[in-house]
Amino acid sequence: MFKYFPHTKADIDSMLKALNISSIDELFKDIPESVIFNSDYDVPSFMSESELRNHFAELAKKNQELTLFSGLGLYDHYQPAVIDALTSRQEFMTSYTPYQPEISQGTLQYIFEYQSMIQTLTGLEVSNASMYDGSTATAEACFMACAVAKRNKVLLSSTLNPNTINVIKTYLKYKELEWDFIEEKDGVIDIEDLKNKLDKDTAGVIVQKPNIYGIIEDYSGFSELIKANKSLFVINADISTLGVLKSPKEDGADIACGECQSLGMPVAFGGPTLGYLATEKTYVRKMPGRICGYTHDLEGKRAFVLTLQAREQHIRRSKANSNICSNQSLMALFVTIYLSLMGKNGLKEVNNLSYQGAHYLYDKLIATGKFKDPFQKPFLKEFTLQTTLPKETIQTALLENGIFGGLGLDVFGDKYEGLVNFSVTEKRTKSEIDKLISILEGLS
Amino acid sequence: MINYNKLIFELSNKDRIGYSLPKQRFTNYNIENLDPSLSRQTELLLPEVSELDVLRHFTNISNKNFGVENGFYPLGSCTMKYNPKINEEMASNKAFRNLHPLQPANTVQGALEVYYNLQTYLSEISGLKEFSLNPYAGAHGELVGLMIIKAYHEDRGDFKRKKIIIPDSAHGTNPASTVVCGMDVVEIESNEFGRVDLEKLKAVLSDEIAGMMLTNPNTLGIFENDICEITKLVHEAGGLMYYDGANLNALLGKVRPGDMGFDVMHINLHKTFSTPHGGGGPGSGPVGVTEELSKYLPNPRIKKLDDYYYVENSGEALGQISSYFGNYMVSLRAYTYIRTLGKENLRLVGPYATLNANYISKALKPAYELPIQGYCMHEVVFNGLINKDTDVRTLDIAKRLLDFGMHAPTIYFPLLFPQAIMIEPTETESKETIDDFINVMHKIAIEAKEEPEKLKQAPTKTPIRRTDEVFAAKMMIFSYKDYLEYINNRG
Amino acid sequence: MSKIVEGLFYSKSHEWVKPLEDDVVLIGITDFAQSELGDVVFVDLPEAGDNVSQEDEFGAVESVKAASDLISPVTGEILEVNEDLVGEPELLNKNPYENWLLKVKLENPDELGNLLSSEEYANFIK
Repeated sequence: MFKYFPHTKADIDSMLKALNISSIDELFKDIPESVIFNSDYDVPSFMSESELRNHFAELAKKNQELTLFSGLGLYDHYQPAVIDALTSRQEFMTSYTPYQPEISQGTLQYIFEYQSMIQTLTGLEVSNASMYDGSTATAEACFMACAVAKRNKVLLSSTLNPNTINVIKTYLKYKELEWDFIEEKDGVIDIEDLKNKLDKDTAGVIVQKPNIYGIIEDYSGFSELIKANKSLFVINADISTLGVLKSPKEDGADIACGECQSLGMPVAFGGPTLGYLATEKTYVRKMPGRICGYTHDLEGKRAFVLTLQAREQHIRRSKANSNICSNQSLMALFVTIYLSLMGKNGLKEVNNLSYQGAHYLYDKLIATGKFKDPFQKPFLKEFTLQTTLPKETIQTALLENGIFGGLGLDVFGDKYEGLVNFSVTEKRTKSEIDKLISILEGLS
Repeated sequence: MINYNKLIFELSNKDRIGYSLPKQRFTNYNIENLDPSLSRQTELLLPEVSELDVLRHFTNISNKNFGVENGFYPLGSCTMKYNPKINEEMASNKAFRNLHPLQPANTVQGALEVYYNLQTYLSEISGLKEFSLNPYAGAHGELVGLMIIKAYHEDRGDFKRKKIIIPDSAHGTNPASTVVCGMDVVEIESNEFGRVDLEKLKAVLSDEIAGMMLTNPNTLGIFENDICEITKLVHEAGGLMYYDGANLNALLGKVRPGDMGFDVMHINLHKTFSTPHGGGGPGSGPVGVTEELSKYLPNPRIKKLDDYYYVENSGEALGQISSYFGNYMVSLRAYTYIRTLGKENLRLVGPYATLNANYISKALKPAYELPIQGYCMHEVVFNGLINKDTDVRTLDIAKRLLDFGMHAPTIYFPLLFPQAIMIEPTETESKETIDDFINVMHKIAIEAKEEPEKLKQAPTKTPIRRTDEVFAAKMMIFSYKDYLEYINNRG
Repeated sequence: MSKIVEGLFYSKSHEWVKPLEDDVVLIGITDFAQSELGDVVFVDLPEAGDNVSQEDEFGAVESVKAASDLISPVTGEILEVNEDLVGEPELLNKNPYENWLLKVKLENPDELGNLLSSEEYANFIK
């Protein structure tokens, strides 16, 4: 017997008897003899629960938990204890996509609340029920722009996160759509280059703020230019920063997308996190993913259901705009609980505390004389500096002190040679920051 | 508390808070100093509530949900097996949860070891050479698998192969993924036994075929017994075979996709390998391939040299399809599951799941129309009640089941039968649970004849009754802001 | 039993064509089409001034459970689009033959010969 299989010998015998067969093997008579797999898999033998715990304790020792001073899309923000307590409830965690609304109002209601929160943060009318992550959400936004504009090319800002660029390129390449890059100037997208490259094939323009350098780009004049060309303006923004920064709606965006990890999720070695995607109702039928809507039941009680499903693959099949089937529902619950706890004041405070810590670190690093700011542009919790210190020296010195930070941006390519990234969240204490500064001060 | 009926926004009270943040430490800096042209101007509509408010709210709405631990969940094609607690405990380990994916490889050896070993286990279980755990979900895995097929043909300079054969019984994601991958769908009709029709397959094979997508057992729960002939025909025509791992649970311990001749496949870790469905996600859709195709697997890859694990980005790969290593914490749960079962128990999964499904099939056959005779695999599909003289439809049967404290099966899929009811019991259900379900289904069949109105009205014991879906689609109320506007306009 | 109006032309994709004067026609969907779809919640239509071609897609009708492409039964220029359907798509359920979708100026009136008569359409949907 095994703990996940309730079948006793007597159960099996009585079930076989009901089926008029003498062994379970008879049920597999349709499988050709030549492909039957009759041996044990070459995987390890089973482990008891306590052995497993020991095994994981051993594995854990091979990982080094570090104080994070680099983010580049995934940040070490505060995760309230309430989140784990609630998201681990089996009613949320083990249920399926809410196809039967009568017994899924828990999931459907928090999705509605999640959509409402994304709506207010982006300013756009409709959010879907979430996407896999920020990069795939942005790739889907490119598809959406092409479907709405009925054109085949997108213009990508050179200041997008390189991971996002790489994912978009893969998606576009295989769907046989085109892309071009808008040049950057002094660390921000160059509006003159945008003017030159907008043409009749341009479906959308994709930008990011804060961008790969942490700079808060100013999009004054962008929306007018892009709309005049009948293209769509797509802004990728770290959702947490929208608590204080100009919203995509205020920037004139048609689509907003990006990463939500900052809102209550661990960095989790890269996943799961979730991506958000929001737009105006005019474009909702070209939007991928689940959408939850308000309605009532036959007694008039308030209720929520998945709606506009005729856009989706299970109905539209090959005519659907996206193949997406799942969402990251449970991660959307992280966001909903986090934002419920933080409210508008908490979200502002998180941003302010991060801003303060980042700017303190920035000033101190510049003061060491070992770092320079090549851009001199406004930033929030993350910034990029130029240094003559070898990046290996920085990294080794910090790792020895249990710090991950000052990451050389050239992990993303030679273009970023000599640039290092720092990010500071509200979790970084003054003594942690001072320690980082003193280590870097001592390097040569 | 199933009558709880508040939105979190409706609990809001100005200035109440539910968080605790560090004191301000660097007060000579302030975000207010940011240029107003960069700052938000519009007010945020977020709730202001206490910590206990939040706990009560979400606990109360959770009670309106049905999870695997509430009761029987025979949702066909979704493999709603028990999601073990030990998986969750392992995934909550901070030594994994708090790792940044850009950390140097020497600081994440434990995490990389899990990734590497899981891909090795999946290769062994699938009979394929190598896996990537980066795809985020089943449909994402399909897309990646199709990209590999396309890359393979284009690499050989064969740009004509742009068609993918898909049986009409397939999941909707198959044709959708094909189109998203820039290829065309050739749909073939199933034969009278719900299987691939070899003659129809032969008729569409040509030098334009890139490959074929197949689920085996298919969505009717039937094993494609001509599978060796099918893979041979497609290979001879120059195409590759894609295995949609949606129904892999049936095969554990019995047959491996690689041995049947499949070249590329995805696995739904949230089905076969017991990771929770999370109300729609996160899932995980690892993709496996033969040796010949392994160079195309997406970046980043995890490799091993002696006892050291490292991250590699290869120029031959199809590119990147995720920011980092996929839904890593889901992989960690699947790893725990495989280590818990070990080789001794993994091989029992398919047989027990199949025994349970056949037991249900036989027991319900007197009352429900079984369109395809013979043994099924891990799931069975009925076409509504045998007695078609009543107004009772599959939808009514599904809704009535909810009143008995059971989740409904998948309904109206596959599309081959107008009143399809697809039942998948999984291996973690006991004979007692299944007998209860069988009794309830027979009771419903009798009610259909004697009290059809009761079924039309069902469910009546759930937190809400049947919903007005037309209203939802027409009104498009997607947010609290929309809701307030609707309420105000209604007066 | 679906309603079929005599004197109209029909396509196999369930659109009807009603000739007016001067090679101008109205295009709509049949009673059979609306009953197969169920409650229509959205109609996606092109703009006046656009062109349509026989057997090409020009829009879509959507219900809660299905979405169906609209296939043009004729070739020509769109003179007018029935804007009433945007706010009240359910009109297609109430009276599919009164609530036309497009008014089109035919480029090639002979094309009507490719379509079905009411009798032929009645047989087709039997």
